[in-house]
Order: sequence, then structure tokens, then C-alpha cells
Amino acid sequence: MRYEYIRLDHRLILELVNPRSSILDLGCGTGELLYTLIKEKNVHGQGIEIDEQAIYKCVKKGLNVFHGDIDSGLAEYKDKSFDYVILNQSLQQIRHVDKVLQDALRVGKKVIVGFPNFAHYKSRLQIFFQGRTPVTGALPYHWYETPNLHFLSISDFVTYCRSKKINIEKSLYLNEKRTITLLPNLFAQAGVFLVSE
Amino acid sequence: MRVEKRDSHENSVGVVRTRYFTFSGFKLESGEELSPVVLAYEAYGALNEKRSNAILILHALSGDAHAAGVHKRENNPGWWDSMIGPGKAFDTNKYFIICSNVLGGCKGSTGPSSLNPKTGKSYGLDFPVVSIGDMVNAQKRLIDHFGIEKLLSVVGGSMGGMQVLSWLVKYPDKINSIIPIATAIKHSPQQIAFDEVGRQAIMADPDWKSGNYYEGLPPSRGLSIARMIGHITYMSDASMAEKFGRQKKNNAQNYKFTADFEVEGYLRYRGDNFVKRFDANSYLYITKAMDNFDASEGKSLQEALAGVKVKALVIAFKSDWLYPAYQSKEIVKAFKLSGVEATYCEIDSTYGHDAFLLEVKEETNLISHFLKKVFYKYEVTDNYEI
Repeated sequence: MRYEYIRLDHRLILELVNPRSSILDLGCGTGELLYTLIKEKNVHGQGIEIDEQAIYKCVKKGLNVFHGDIDSGLAEYKDKSFDYVILNQSLQQIRHVDKVLQDALRVGKKVIVGFPNFAHYKSRLQIFFQGRTPVTGALPYHWYETPNLHFLSISDFVTYCRSKKINIEKSLYLNEKRTITLLPNLFAQAGVFLVSE
Repeated sequence: MRVEKRDSHENSVGVVRTRYFTFSGFKLESGEELSPVVLAYEAYGALNEKRSNAILILHALSGDAHAAGVHKRENNPGWWDSMIGPGKAFDTNKYFIICSNVLGGCKGSTGPSSLNPKTGKSYGLDFPVVSIGDMVNAQKRLIDHFGIEKLLSVVGGSMGGMQVLSWLVKYPDKINSIIPIATAIKHSPQQIAFDEVGRQAIMADPDWKSGNYYEGLPPSRGLSIARMIGHITYMSDASMAEKFGRQKKNNAQNYKFTADFEVEGYLRYRGDNFVKRFDANSYLYITKAMDNFDASEGKSLQEALAGVKVKALVIAFKSDWLYPAYQSKEIVKAFKLSGVEATYCEIDSTYGHDAFLLEVKEETNLISHFLKKVFYKYEVTDNYEI
């Protein structure tokens, strides 16, 4: 796989994980991230995914994946079963976010969280000028069809971690093409955080 | 959702025959000895030079060694013919497939209908109690006979899945992977209850005669009812509604209590057919073996699996209420806690427990790729279409 073809958020996550570590990918979808991590970093990977058709695609790639929802799939694991638990683009679709994050921090030595930033300036402009729920590249769904249950911003997540005494080890911000360092809560479409207990 | 058309000519293993393997001095888990023991088996494909491509297929309660192909001058394809053959999920161009009739069965392997060498008559109830573990130990003898050090996979649905779990616990070093389908670590009270009603139906038949019926009429009415109950539990509310509705049979007459509805006719037909090919005492022994089965033998399964390096593919079906998906999830939970590398899929089927014989496309999708991964020993595939 040519490195430049890898999605940017996947590339950032790739750089956060140590080679040959063990990884649990919650809401792994069709397994692209997990596949990339195994190929590029020789990690030992396990996915959990709710969609049956996505499971077939994971199995076709040779991945290990459990069919089920994140909320119940995580609770069964022993403490620190994995080096990393990943929640990339799935956090906003989980019913009990707080519970899952606490469980992820229990099951994984470290947790990687990636999510779309609701406070990106394009979203702000749409709300402000059109008075409508934003539809952007990072938030592509209309209000009536979105799988997202929660809408959070980068600042929201940072505040949450502070209040729960979750240690943010690294934070990376990105738009479609490159990483962002200036005013991420305004200019980043997504954030990727490496956190631990 | 669809049932794949069964094509017995294309992609078939062709004409096959059942073979017999005999051994003696077989110690049962109860401590009793059974001798001689015959196992009827069939094999498809070719064992490679390293003997590393062998897959053992394990049948369910009423199955037998005839899993694929057709017998000479007969038209009946094997019970999993849709899954076994050239280019199919269990690809006989690549793998060597073995399927044997279980110990205690009545399709060529030693069971209660076999001749007791001590009396010269059928064993009947003198046949010792056998367990799922005994069935597996007997299969192990057959695998040793083939000179196979390590099986590529052991696979089975329902009671076949129980044997798979028993293989995993007993011989983890002798297998590379397992595929338990629509099965359980142990029977729930509900599953035991259905089995017990089946057994009571057989034993209530006056022709059963405490199992000594081999010189007279077999307990056909009892066995037929047991099979009817079985068939109800193998289907789902939705699959019955779709198959029969409340349709009445064409020739329905107004006599009292005739089989007016299609579903009644179907169950009677299934029951009547079953008694032609199955032994009532075998039904008693095998269902009892299922009820007594506990994969972990008293311990928790994750304890029994500590350090085991076997890859697993666990499959369940949404509408299966006889072996509900939660039972497969218990297996998966034990794998999570013991670190067994596993994949789990709950196929969205309306066929009930029968789905494991019918959802060919979905099972093929999962199984063919899983087996490839185990056979070629890769972590992930080299390339896939993005």
C-alpha cells in the first residue's frame, strides 16, 4: 500500500501507535484502519463492528472482528487487555459515550479518539448565516439521516478530559488535506487525541 | 436472502462412497470399554504431502458421514453438499475434507443398533452411555489413522459445533482453527426440555420395548413425533409462516384431526421419512450426550483455554431460537478473556436453527476467507480492492 494513499486521519493514528502493539478498534467499519495498522506497523488487531456487511469485508481482508455493538462488546474484556483502544469516527455514534470512554480507558493502556469537530468555522457559518444544522465534509449528513448521536467540538472534548482527569498525551488536528496547528477548534475538521487514565 | 440452488453436477465432488475404520480397546469417558469400534466416514479432495490441509467436518444430531457428493446409483447429495466441493467454501481443490458418523450413531458407526459381540444381538440399551467427548476421542483415532499431525480446521453446526468445542478443549495442539456454528458451550434447560420430550415420545411408544425392538417393529410413532418436535425447533415463526402460511392441503377432507394444514402434512412427512433412516435408540443416546455436554468440563471455558493458540470463526443466526445467538456470544466472551484470536458474525437470517444448512452464500463468504487466512498463515490479505 502506498503511504500517500492512506487517509490522513489514519496516517496520524498510524504515527501514534508503537509497532507490534495490540489494538482494539471499536466501530472498525470495513476494517481499513485496522488493515493499515497491521500492514504498516505489524500490530495485533481486533475489531468490533455492528454492521453485518462490514463484517464480511473485514473477514475478506483477513481481520479478526466481532459482530456487535461497542457498548456491550467492550465490557467483557479484562483490564489493560490492549495497548491501544481506538475510537475513530465512532465516538459520536455511541449511545453511552461516558461509559464507553471509561471502559476503553480500563481495557486499553492508551486510548485513541478521533471525531469530527462540530465547531469548525464552516459549520459555524452555516448555523450563523443559514440558521440550519450544518452539513459539511466532516459532517456529511442531514439532520434526519445522521447516524451521529452526539455533536461535540474539540474544545468540548478537551474540557471533558479535564473534568474527568483524563490525561491528554497528544492531540492532533486536521482538515481534509493537512494537519492544523492554528486555532484548531475553529479551523480543524477533526481531532485525533491520544489519552490515558 | 435466498436458498442457493443445489446443483449436484456442477462443482460437486461427484460419486463418493462411505468407508469404514475399525479399531479396538476404546476407553469411554465413563470408564467403560467399547470394542470393536467402527467409524463410518467419507473423505473428499486430496491430502497434501505435508498433511496440512485436512479439515474435519462434524455433523449434527441426525446427520451422517455423507456430507457431499452422491452415492452410486442414488441421487441424494450429502447434507452439506452446498458447502463442500471444488470452488465451494470447503474447496476440495485445496483441502482434504473428512466427515465421520458419530459414535452412538446408526449410519455405519458403532451404536446401539450395532451387534454386541458378546451376545451376537444388537446392543439396545446394553450400549454404554457415550458423550460428545467420546465421539471426539473416536474421531481423533481416525485422524491419527490418516497420519494427520494437525488439522487445518474442525467445523460443525449445532451438535457438530459442540464437538468442535470439545476438540478445542481436548486437543488444542492438534488443530489450527475452529468454526463452531449455531452452537453452545452447554445446553440450556430449554434445550434439554425439548430433547426430553423427544425421548419421552420414543419411550412411550409400546414398540420401543425398553430398546429391545430390533427383532420386531421399531418405535416408529415415537421417533416420528420426536422428529416433528425437532423440526419445529429448527425453524422460526417467520420461516414457517413463509413456507406454509395457514395453507390447507389440496386434498383436505373434513374428517376429524386429519393433517389439514400444510404445516401438519410437512411435519408428518418429515417424521415418517425420518423413521426410515434413523434408529430410535441412537436418538436417545445422542440427545443425552448433547444434554450432558459441557465444553469446559465444569471449569469456566476461558480457564480451559488459557494459552491456547487456535484461530476461531464463530457463526450464529439471528432467528435461531433453539441455539440463540447469546450462546455463541458466550463462546466469544470466553475467547476474549482467554485471548483466543476470533471472529464472530451473527447472520441476519429468518431460517431459524436450520439456517446453518441454508445460508450458503453468507457462510461461504466468511468461511472461505477465514480458511485461506489459516491455511496460508497470513495476518491480513496482501491486497484487496479499495
